[in-house]
Amino acid sequence: MFTIIKTRMVRLILAACFGVFTSAAQAATELTMYYPVAVGGPLTQVVDGIIADFMKENPDIKVNAIYAGNYNDARIKALAALSSGEPAQLSVMFSIDIYELIEQDAIVAFDDVVTTAEDRKWLDSFYPSLMENGRTGGKTWGIPFQRSTIVMYYNKDAFRAAGLDPEKPPATWDELAASAKKLTKADGSQWGLMIPSTGYPYWMFGALAMQNGQVLMNGAGNETYYDAPATVEALQFWKDLGAKHKVMPQGTIEWGTLRQNFLEGKTAIMWHSTGNLTTVKKSANFDFGVAMLPANKRRGTPTGGGNFYIFKQTSAEERTAAMKLIKYMTSPEVSAEWSIKTGYMGVSPAAYQTAKLQDYVKGFPYAAVARDQLEYATAELSTYETGRVRKALDDAIQAALTDAKTPAEALKEAQGTARRLLRAYQ
Amino acid sequence: MQSSNMMRHVYGWLLLTPAAILLITFTHYPTVATVYESLFSKGTSTRPSRFIGIENYELMLEDPIFWKVLVNNLWFALGTIPASIGLAIAMALLVNKALPGRSFLRLAYFTPTILPMIAVANIWLFFYSPDIGLIDQVLGLFGFSGHNWLGDPDTVLGAIIIMTIWKEAGFFMIFYLAALQHLPPELEEAAKLEGASRWYYFRRVVFPLLMPTTLFVLINAVLNSFKLVDHLFVLTKGGPDNASNLLLYYIYENAFSYFDTSYAATLTVVLLTMLALMALAQFFILDKRIHYR
Repeated sequence: MFTIIKTRMVRLILAACFGVFTSAAQAATELTMYYPVAVGGPLTQVVDGIIADFMKENPDIKVNAIYAGNYNDARIKALAALSSGEPAQLSVMFSIDIYELIEQDAIVAFDDVVTTAEDRKWLDSFYPSLMENGRTGGKTWGIPFQRSTIVMYYNKDAFRAAGLDPEKPPATWDELAASAKKLTKADGSQWGLMIPSTGYPYWMFGALAMQNGQVLMNGAGNETYYDAPATVEALQFWKDLGAKHKVMPQGTIEWGTLRQNFLEGKTAIMWHSTGNLTTVKKSANFDFGVAMLPANKRRGTPTGGGNFYIFKQTSAEERTAAMKLIKYMTSPEVSAEWSIKTGYMGVSPAAYQTAKLQDYVKGFPYAAVARDQLEYATAELSTYETGRVRKALDDAIQAALTDAKTPAEALKEAQGTARRLLRAYQ
Repeated sequence: MQSSNMMRHVYGWLLLTPAAILLITFTHYPTVATVYESLFSKGTSTRPSRFIGIENYELMLEDPIFWKVLVNNLWFALGTIPASIGLAIAMALLVNKALPGRSFLRLAYFTPTILPMIAVANIWLFFYSPDIGLIDQVLGLFGFSGHNWLGDPDTVLGAIIIMTIWKEAGFFMIFYLAALQHLPPELEEAAKLEGASRWYYFRRVVFPLLMPTTLFVLINAVLNSFKLVDHLFVLTKGGPDNASNLLLYYIYENAFSYFDTSYAATLTVVLLTMLALMALAQFFILDKRIHYR
């Protein structure tokens, strides 16, 4: 009798202990996530808010979301943390870092993490053009989160003052040059157009090339088309806007101060990331419009921005928790809220079907421009050796815009560099 | 007797140990490791790095960007060092006098030094910004049209040099100010009695007595001209087309943007060698001509 009671007691105690342990283990699933902000504005607060909501719904998961600077900084910090043994389970990083991360063996493909058929369906629930930069070799490595395209912001007041129809933004290269001409004031107080050429010149150029019917690289990430005739033409057009049409300042145009230039009326049109939309909306003291980028042979823009990646050195438990977090942050409701607060795109068609975002788009139709433009979008420049291959193009663009080389020369050199770098990956 | 001598040796070495450990861990070991790594190829998990001898150095000599950043760096050093030292002496002489509001002026001169470089660069980014920037607005008052200071390869390096001088001069001024306060006032009185002009007094008395400070400041200025690249992250990222790229920033790009730590190590070896040579030259050549009291 006594023994039985004793056994039961022991069992009870064991169970109690075990229960405590398991719940402690659950509460201790701790995720560290790095995320970048590339466009300024109070985006960190928005992310912190979403994370706080997630933890309220999932008390068993603790998330440390660490703001890590721009895309470059975020990648460096995350990889440095990994190699020094600091825990990081997932991260938002540049969508185009994919090849580098695969080569570093830092990330795991989502195909290897998902288990259920439902999850597999979830992988296909996003806009396909947003998945282009996240997929290679038949696997999915990145899930879209803070994604953007380039859009054209224009000052409607300036359009009216120049005698242009503010509801008809330029839709072709010729119209763009002609409108910008009318918008440029002779005394230099207002330029017609500014396309930024520091920071991410290859990104803007990806749009121009696409509009001229040319992509910059292949899907396997081991070939570039920098010196294709259509690419050269595109760069020539970019240069001509400053040198020939005189509607844009010559030399390079700073990415970081461009929004300020637009808001102060120094340029009537700017090309910039949709990630600026909410900030422009809040700070513009004039009537402004947002339009798709114009077409030459077709419309075109690269997608841009950050994807979620899961790191390889993670336990099964951590991967499950990370999946939960990623699913939450890309869910239609959260994606809609994120889009409204920042201007970044809803990542799935379902996000645009939420009542929240539909109402918002009704009141502010420009919020849907980036989505409508997705139809014409292509992947952002991303290859193996991506840093150097990209830098070759960046340098070529800047050399052409500052008159150091002709577009054809500069791009031919860049193509030579890229070919040399990618030789090993053929 | 023998053993007490030995004890003295042990004692001596023990006293040296803490400093030695710090030096070896943070200076000597990294230096050796850098040289070692520069002899290997870029490694990824799919393609592990292998020994390639001096191939990285050969690549470097053929790398046009390397030569470009090296030349840029020399111009940057030539542009910043003499100007910031000259300005520092001038400012120190000025605030060493009995002026009304002297502490306020000293503080004003020193403020750029207190600010973090990144903050400074963010401020100057807007100064230099075409049309809307402070500089263009002031020039606009005099009828000049706007100039794209950071977007023009001909002006970008100059723009960065001016900002660096502004940032550095105040820091050097502090050292000169301290040195000036230690000059015995009798010298000035004697010079006045002898009828020496102020310029003569500065040239023949003050400046030579400041030489130890100048050597110290010079070494710091040379090091800084190769070490300071924080502003490039904010202002230009080395552009346009590497016109403002400097050696250390290029090392950073290689190490962290291209993940090519071997090539970054190769460039670092070059940087280290250059800095070591310059420090040695300064010590051996200049030191002999300096009058230490």
